[in-house]
Amino acid sequence: MRQDHLVTSKQLSRADVEAVLDRAAEIDADPGAVADRHAGSLLGLLFFEPSTRTKMSFEAAIKRLGGDTVDMGAVDASSVTKGESLADTVRVAAGYADALVLRHPRQGAATMAGEFVNVPLINAGDGAGHHPSQTLLDLYTIQENAGLDDLTIGIMGDLKYGRTVHSLSYALTNFEADQHFISPESLQLPREVVYDLHLEGATVREHEGYEAILPSLDVLYVTRIQRERFPDENEYQQVAGEYRIDADALEAAEDDLTVMHPLPRVDEIAPDVDDTDHAAYFEQAHNGVPVRMALLDMLLGDGDE
Amino acid sequence: MGMSENGDDASHQLRVSKIHNGTVIDHVRAGQALNVLAILGIDGGDGESVSVGMNVPSDRLARKDIVKVEGRELSQDEVDVLSLIAPDATINIVREYDVVEKHRVERPDAVSGVLSCPNSGCITTADEPVTSRFEVLKDGVRCGYCGTIVREGIADQIDT
Ligand SMILES: [Zn+2]
Repeated sequence: MRQDHLVTSKQLSRADVEAVLDRAAEIDADPGAVADRHAGSLLGLLFFEPSTRTKMSFEAAIKRLGGDTVDMGAVDASSVTKGESLADTVRVAAGYADALVLRHPRQGAATMAGEFVNVPLINAGDGAGHHPSQTLLDLYTIQENAGLDDLTIGIMGDLKYGRTVHSLSYALTNFEADQHFISPESLQLPREVVYDLHLEGATVREHEGYEAILPSLDVLYVTRIQRERFPDENEYQQVAGEYRIDADALEAAEDDLTVMHPLPRVDEIAPDVDDTDHAAYFEQAHNGVPVRMALLDMLLGDGDE
Repeated sequence: MGMSENGDDASHQLRVSKIHNGTVIDHVRAGQALNVLAILGIDGGDGESVSVGMNVPSDRLARKDIVKVEGRELSQDEVDVLSLIAPDATINIVREYDVVEKHRVERPDAVSGVLSCPNSGCITTADEPVTSRFEVLKDGVRCGYCGTIVREGIADQIDT
């Protein structure tokens, strides 16, 4: 496999992360300086699952670098199973574009796709697997607000199916980060993920409620608990209710606690948190553009200058 | 040199015949003998002469299975997969009633194309031109695509 695919956050060393975040900070400070840097470059968008946000963010990033996109368009689920193989689709797309962004419902899809193409490929989500560009923008946001070392972070919500959570927790093992995982028992981290975190020397601390740990956190990363994870509405309402935060609940936190969320949120963060100094989730969403610009700039290289 | 017995410390307790030319797989974890046959694709249909001893007392394992196959020497691929379900096994190659080679199985770092992933959401279980790949861990195997770890029931994942 090419070394310049970005498939999982596990492949990122501390130096890799720092290189992307440094470049993102440079770009964020002066976006005009790179406005034509990749004029003529085409980014291929292969989204086998809808994701307006991630897709828009990549589109904005390549266009702000002077490039453009070629988009496979919307795919409905049935044609994914009946249509041509993913291996064929990515090989064809690699002939049209200078780099590819892939989102696919199956785990390992990006790993496999990367074996078939000779342009850089970015995994933008493979089922319950990985979403490393989200991780990089999360890390950038944490760095800007709290710093990545000497960090105490609580990650809360659906930790079982939440790929952003898995990717983030792997990447944080590169830093001096104390990670706390807060979820109902049925939505704890998959054992595979715990295995990997242990392998990286991380301590996995799991909690069923946030109250006890909240006062010691620098960052609280909230994710959505989805209705479909529960057999009935009542149980969902009851469980999900225990993982909602509002301005009142945050009274117990340090003044400089940073609250993050990959968005979209439903009601797990009350709107009254938006007006507090804790809220960093809109800034986090904005950071997707400079971070993806940095990533694309590094993957596309200097070929256009 | 010629070790005279068929490579078996308990053969006197075992009413299985010595073989002429072939392989004796000894020190198979008790209960895995039939899986060993499955891996080797041996169902008796090709007329091989096969003897199986199950739950035989052993020095090294409390109980072990033993498999003797006439007229068949194992390939490296077969030994690799064997090592996943019978990590303590010894392979004895027999020619003219003598053990001419005797070695422990060694667990490879990875196996390709011999196991299928139990995760139905894994890309390798879709209709894609991809060969399964598993990293061999100390206590299981892990899909090289989706990361799923299989610890128990590895034999059930063997591609047939
Ligand atoms: Zn798999």
